[in-house]
Amino acid sequence: MEMREITYRQALNEALAEELERDQNVFLMGEEVAQYNGAYKISQGLLERFGPKRIIDAPIAEAGFAGIGIGAAMVGLRPIIEFMSFSFSLVAFDQVANNAPNMLTMSGGQFHCPIVFRGINGPAHQLGATHMHATENLYSNFAGLKVVVPSTPRDAKGLLKAAVRDDNPVLVMEVELLYGSKGLVEPPMPEFDLVLPLGKASVPREGNDLTILSYGRTVAYAHKAAEALEKEHGIHAEVVDLRSIKPLDTETIFASVAKTHRVVVAEQCRPFCGIASELTFQIQEHIFDELDAPVARVSMEEIPVPYSEVLEHAMLPSPEKIIAAGRKVCGV
Amino acid sequence: MSKKVNKEAELKMLYDMLVIRRFEEKAQQQYQMQKIGGFLHLYIGQEAVAVGSVAATRPDDYMITAYRDHGHALARGMGMNEAMAEIFGKATGCSKGLGGSMHYFDKARNMMGGHAIVGGHVPLGAGFAFAARYRGEDRISLCYMGDGAINIGAFHEALNMAALWRLPAIFICENNQFAMGTAATRSNHLKEIADRGAGYNMKSVVIDGMDVREVRDKIAEIATAIRKEPEPYWVECRTYRYRGHSMSDPGTYRTKEELEKHKKDDPITNFSSVLIKEGLLTDEEFKKMDAEIKALASESVKFAESSPDPDVAKLHDYTFVENDPNYQPIATTPDVRGQNPFSCTFSV
Ligand SMILES: Cc1ncc(C[n+]2csc(CCOP(=O)(O)OP(=O)(O)O)c2C)c(N)n1
Ligand SMILES: [Mg+2]
Repeated sequence: MEMREITYRQALNEALAEELERDQNVFLMGEEVAQYNGAYKISQGLLERFGPKRIIDAPIAEAGFAGIGIGAAMVGLRPIIEFMSFSFSLVAFDQVANNAPNMLTMSGGQFHCPIVFRGINGPAHQLGATHMHATENLYSNFAGLKVVVPSTPRDAKGLLKAAVRDDNPVLVMEVELLYGSKGLVEPPMPEFDLVLPLGKASVPREGNDLTILSYGRTVAYAHKAAEALEKEHGIHAEVVDLRSIKPLDTETIFASVAKTHRVVVAEQCRPFCGIASELTFQIQEHIFDELDAPVARVSMEEIPVPYSEVLEHAMLPSPEKIIAAGRKVCGV
Repeated sequence: MSKKVNKEAELKMLYDMLVIRRFEEKAQQQYQMQKIGGFLHLYIGQEAVAVGSVAATRPDDYMITAYRDHGHALARGMGMNEAMAEIFGKATGCSKGLGGSMHYFDKARNMMGGHAIVGGHVPLGAGFAFAARYRGEDRISLCYMGDGAINIGAFHEALNMAALWRLPAIFICENNQFAMGTAATRSNHLKEIADRGAGYNMKSVVIDGMDVREVRDKIAEIATAIRKEPEPYWVECRTYRYRGHSMSDPGTYRTKEELEKHKKDDPITNFSSVLIKEGLLTDEEFKKMDAEIKALASESVKFAESSPDPDVAKLHDYTFVENDPNYQPIATTPDVRGQNPFSCTFSV
């Protein structure tokens, strides 16, 4: 089987096309997804191929179309709802956080909600305070939602396809700044059906001295930092890509920490009640004795995102900040 | 025009529209030269709406709009320098480089912001009117939005309450016929945007948004009326944007012919020829005015480029007021008991 190099964007596009092809109940709804081929061109060509019944342009009404998706899911359809950005999902917060994840419980198991919400999430470039929310920690705090954050084209495709087939509400949080990035992916259907399990982390770089727990946008930063730490300080860092925030693959995380005994968490979101808080708690709860140093974290600064490029750079996570955290944790 | 024409006021409207046009052409050029980042949404083609409505109202009236906000701020008198510096993300910008193109704020001019979440600012616009009515002031609120903003929950909630509580707000829908690539006709079941007002039992007016005099005169009429007897109005200004939705939009959803047709209805060209025909302006003077404004626009780029970046040491200054070195509490509401012109009561 020949792997191909495709972009993160193409990978998502293939995932959508393959799931639309496989199951007549799957449809894609959102702003500009059909005639415009997607604000970020993720749905390129889908209207032409699947027609206006399956690829549906909605008015700017996030609460409305998110809720229409949930209702349709409760009675047997399998909606994929595109938020042009998860920042706009805040307008639909009641639907995503209050309706979708509660349905199974409230109905005593009578109704479940097989729906996918997807779109860009987290840091981009100079979009300012309202357009760059990293919402992964926010939504992970609601019981009943699954949250995945792919960082490679292969993960993007495999996780999105898995999300469509999952019978729970799943949020697929894409990284705008990775849309153009390339990676190796198996051939498309019918040759290969790439479905990755939700809740399984990967270890794209191995090392014995330090574990960098990363996801989404921060994975590439972690790699950069690991290279620099090795070259300049002889520190061999292992990079763990969480891929799924919820469910969380503690097995892979703990195995890495038990090997390296030192941890930096690189999160996209802010530190307070963030992903690092949870990871660090779980590490200390379960394998406290394995730690040789306090866990360090790299996050957004605890401020709204400023527009200025200089300030933005200072407030967002970066390879430099991960290097500094790694050195601190390793005492060099 | 039957009314006596105030030459100075007419020329000012032309001047202000030209300021917006030339400023944005410069901004577009700077964006294309990659000197600025983020999103840039140009107002070119719609200038008459902001300029006409500002000319019709008072400087102490509130104004709020969406992210296509350069025109509104400039019409209110913001200088090109601070406007350009904001897009460059500089400390001298109107929002100190923290807001960017989509978030122009100018407290001194009661410009209450550009806002980037579609429809999210509409309740705020009603809120300014609420405060004015609460305090017994005769100020009004101008709340601008795009045709794409009228399908979002916040819009409906705000308009209903504005009507219910008779808030002195003018909700101005700048119908430029598209929300990104979606024609208004593809997202509204009601054919006429103006008819939306009926759903809230709100008076509605349609205005030719390419005609600055019509905008001014009709908004002035409404403003006068609601200053006396507060109530909200729903206004549809029919207009057109000449540029893409933002700089990354190739605009394939409309034909070249359609665009050219609307460009022939240009608010600036039309108004300048009217003024020339009426003898209020010569061709010579118009050219001079334009050259002067172009020079100011170029100047604003120099100003922005030579301005300092915001200080990284001040990164945390604006998250909480306690950290803001220039923080000043808002003056408390003056005692207006016994002098409330609206005998304000918010009950139905
Ligand atoms: C809640 C929300 N959803 C989506 C977007 C993305 N978006 C930005 S502008 C826009 C189109 C708005 O069109 P319109 O209201 O007509 O204003 P115009 O751009 O024509 O001035 C969209 C969908 C957003 N900013 N906020
Ligand atoms: Mg519009």
